[in-house]
Amino acid sequence: MLEDLESIIESILFTAGEPVSIERLQQLISLPGMEISSQELRSSLENLASYYQNRGIELLEVASGYRFQARVEFTPWLQRLHARKSVRYSRTFLETLALVIYRQPITRGEIEEVRGVSVSTQIIKSLLELEWIRAIGFRDVPGKPALYSTTQKFLDDFNLKSLNELPTLQEPKNLEQLEKQLIENNANKNNQVLFEPNDTSNLPTH
Amino acid sequence: MTFSEAPIKINGEQLIELPQDLYIPPEALRIFLETFEGPLDLLLYLIKKENFNILDIPIADITRQYLKYIELMGELQIELAAEYLLMAAMLAEIKSRLLLPKPAATEENEEQDPRAELVRRLQEYERFQQAANNLDALPRVDRDFFIAETDCPPLEYEIVKPEVSLSDIFQALQAVLARAKLFAHHHIALEILSIRERMTLVLSQLNPDEFIEFTRFFKVKEGRMGVAVTLIAVLELIRQSSIELVQTQPFAPIYVKAKG
Repeated sequence: MLEDLESIIESILFTAGEPVSIERLQQLISLPGMEISSQELRSSLENLASYYQNRGIELLEVASGYRFQARVEFTPWLQRLHARKSVRYSRTFLETLALVIYRQPITRGEIEEVRGVSVSTQIIKSLLELEWIRAIGFRDVPGKPALYSTTQKFLDDFNLKSLNELPTLQEPKNLEQLEKQLIENNANKNNQVLFEPNDTSNLPTH
Repeated sequence: MTFSEAPIKINGEQLIELPQDLYIPPEALRIFLETFEGPLDLLLYLIKKENFNILDIPIADITRQYLKYIELMGELQIELAAEYLLMAAMLAEIKSRLLLPKPAATEENEEQDPRAELVRRLQEYERFQQAANNLDALPRVDRDFFIAETDCPPLEYEIVKPEVSLSDIFQALQAVLARAKLFAHHHIALEILSIRERMTLVLSQLNPDEFIEFTRFFKVKEGRMGVAVTLIAVLELIRQSSIELVQTQPFAPIYVKAKG
């Protein structure tokens, strides 16, 4: 057992520039004839985490491993510091990403089907550049469209360990039920509503 | 009529003055209309604005409003995606199907509301709008949290200097010289010993009546390159039918003789 194992881990995590997994730590720290068990690493990581308990920095586990990050309660100050960096994403961007997340692997055509409008190449490109999505293959249909899925980097950048931690998609109403309901609604009403003579439009007239 | 039931947001900020008449700067209206993400988005907006039940959309109303918006977008010269017009046609189709007398429903041929498919699509799209909002609310790197990193200290690599014995150096030198020799031959030999010249030499030593041992043409002191040049010269002469090779039995000496 290395005496300064915690400090070694600490220095690796701070300088790695990306989350570091247990396996990677094991490779980095183990020496021939002195294998570090994942058990040892885990307990050292726990100690490190508790050491940082009351500081501005905390040790967290995300999808691709462990990393240090600033405690969320200090975000307001950090936002001022990084003001120019943060980006607002458009609704198109977020809706497209949401479709890749919940329907992966998905083709561009399938995204367009749900959104009812074509997906700009630019959006796909910027999602690929962020490494939040990637093409993991091609569907064997005419045109061989690329199939997109989310990446580990996406999970890392949203502080997630797995896709399961994402909010679940709103339950769709069962279509059969839906139709039944529609028919019932129709039965209970005459068609008056459909012929409402008044123009209820709120639009300005020109 | 007002928009008051459903607050209108432009880029996340609530629009207090509603686009009702000419007091609205056309630019504000334009921005508002441009934020729609497509026909489904526009329809969902209209449904919410009017507090319509998504399961029982009054198609006539919604179509009328939808078309007004489309016209307005056209007037403001907002580039309309073809999908908007397709949706208008679809709404009109649904309306016309609703007006047609319904065939008596049978067991197999269950009645289907013409609006069902539209409702399904609207609902599906709404789910992903919601998902997109949830996603935007999730903590995100560089916006809601920040990664802690430090630079590596300058890394110093210790350079281990090996001890070198004199004999190692000699060995290395020998190896280099040996290789240099090979290279030297390859580069220069061809210049000195041209094949044409060697062909002439071989031919001059031959006459039609005399057999000369093949090996006699090769001179060890010329080295590998000299041997190769001689061989090529002999082969070339054979090809030209100037000379011929004769061997009486396997492994017996080969003789060269001029033809003619």
